[in-house]
Amino acid sequence: MFCNYLKKMENYMRLTRSSLAIAAAVALMAGVAAERAAAEDAIIVQSTTSTKNSGLYDHILPMAKAATGVTVNVVAVGTGQAIKNARNCDGDVLLVHAKSAEKTFVEEGFGVKRFDLMYNDFVIVGPPDDPAHVTGSSSAVKALSMISASSKALFASRGDDSGTHKKERWLWKLAGVDPSAASGQWYRETGSGMGATLNAGLGMGAYVMTDRATWIAFKNKGGYQIVVEGDNAMLNQYGVILVSPEKCPEVKAVPGQKFINWLISAEGQAAIGGYRLEGKQLFFPNAQ
Amino acid sequence: MQDMAQAFGVALALAGSLDADLVEIVGLSLQVSITATLIACLFGFPLGAILATARFPGRGAVLVVVNALMGLPPVVVGLLVYLHLSRSGPLGFRGLLYTPTAMIIAQTILITPIVAALSRQVLEDLHHEYAEQFRSLSTPRWTAVNALLWDGRFALLTVALAGFGRAIAEVGAVMIVGGNIDHLTRVMTTAIALETSKGDLPLALALGMILLAIALAVNAAVMSLKLTAERHAYA
Repeated sequence: MFCNYLKKMENYMRLTRSSLAIAAAVALMAGVAAERAAAEDAIIVQSTTSTKNSGLYDHILPMAKAATGVTVNVVAVGTGQAIKNARNCDGDVLLVHAKSAEKTFVEEGFGVKRFDLMYNDFVIVGPPDDPAHVTGSSSAVKALSMISASSKALFASRGDDSGTHKKERWLWKLAGVDPSAASGQWYRETGSGMGATLNAGLGMGAYVMTDRATWIAFKNKGGYQIVVEGDNAMLNQYGVILVSPEKCPEVKAVPGQKFINWLISAEGQAAIGGYRLEGKQLFFPNAQ
Repeated sequence: MQDMAQAFGVALALAGSLDADLVEIVGLSLQVSITATLIACLFGFPLGAILATARFPGRGAVLVVVNALMGLPPVVVGLLVYLHLSRSGPLGFRGLLYTPTAMIIAQTILITPIVAALSRQVLEDLHHEYAEQFRSLSTPRWTAVNALLWDGRFALLTVALAGFGRAIAEVGAVMIVGGNIDHLTRVMTTAIALETSKGDLPLALALGMILLAIALAVNAAVMSLKLTAERHAYA
């Protein structure tokens, strides 16, 4: 075994040479990969998940690209995380749905200006047997009180500081209920995205508050239906903001603003309003 | 369970149609994870060999640490890499966040300890066999390390596959540093997570099946390479 060692060393030298070649190839591949990302006029949009999961971006981004030449790369996370990422300068445009948090973002100098973009609404979906008997209620606050009072009803919350979660907590406050006291009992905080929370809620038979767009596009409905809708308190306003080039010098302000201008232009607004799924309009443009 | 049957159909249809998006996603998954595996081996094998042969004070502690790092949670690795590559982080000026390079970096960090720890074990066992001969011939340290790496090459191939398996299967790290951007950083695991969150469970499951088939193909390819090489080596 060991007497062949010299021959093996020769082989080994060959191995070393080939591993050097591999290292070179690796460096090359990594370089190519980096280059691909640095394409001119490509911007990063830190976005909420509903606009992505519902397929809106697949519908409007090709039109935006054709009109402006800007390639838009979307990172879809919860609104809370999107704002946090934008604060770290890891995005050029912020597109979320939590008006007061957005205003703070602009006031603190992280954003240039906030534009209203579009709205839809939140709905509460529930299991077919509707244990809290809230079906048909048009008051979200009343429905939430009934769910909290029912001994058989569960509620699955995002629990992730997303726009939907912020709205939900606000509604609980109006209802005068502190659900966090029942966390882990009838109030289940999943700490994850809208889709994951819907999957979990369906699995345990809990009520879930979701934006309508995500619900219509959601494919694992499993007998669930909208039980509460049409309350003005559940309106869901989306806003779009250019990340400040003063705070973040590397922000691609020109293509970023170009994209925002297109979104709020008549053409962009029409594109948003024109997106339909199963015959239903998911987002209602309302830029001024 | 209806979803399972449906998923089989979707998987076959997808694989059969060679859908352009699917090919792109599979290609990027392989590019990222294979590159990460190669870099991890470049560092992990020599590190494992050194740990296998060297005796120094505190060696036991180092081994415990390296072994423990095999359990690094991908999300934590992703977060650490994110904080460094973020435009507000120390390496932000390189503009690497949300690129395949960032994903390669994260997966490399994730699997280097696995490669190092497992190769240390493999090479240490081999070293026990060779130790006497090394001593009797007063073999220099580096020559011994080289001999161990060469003679242990087939076992190290399996070590590399373990690293690759971890890389191609993880989702937490690439989700954070890659961002799951369509046509840029979307890989198999992040696509599966996305389809799950859309509630399209059959499609998510179908993608999972395809991922499994790819892992199977890579392992089969490496195994046949190994068998051929072994036949030549011992013929």
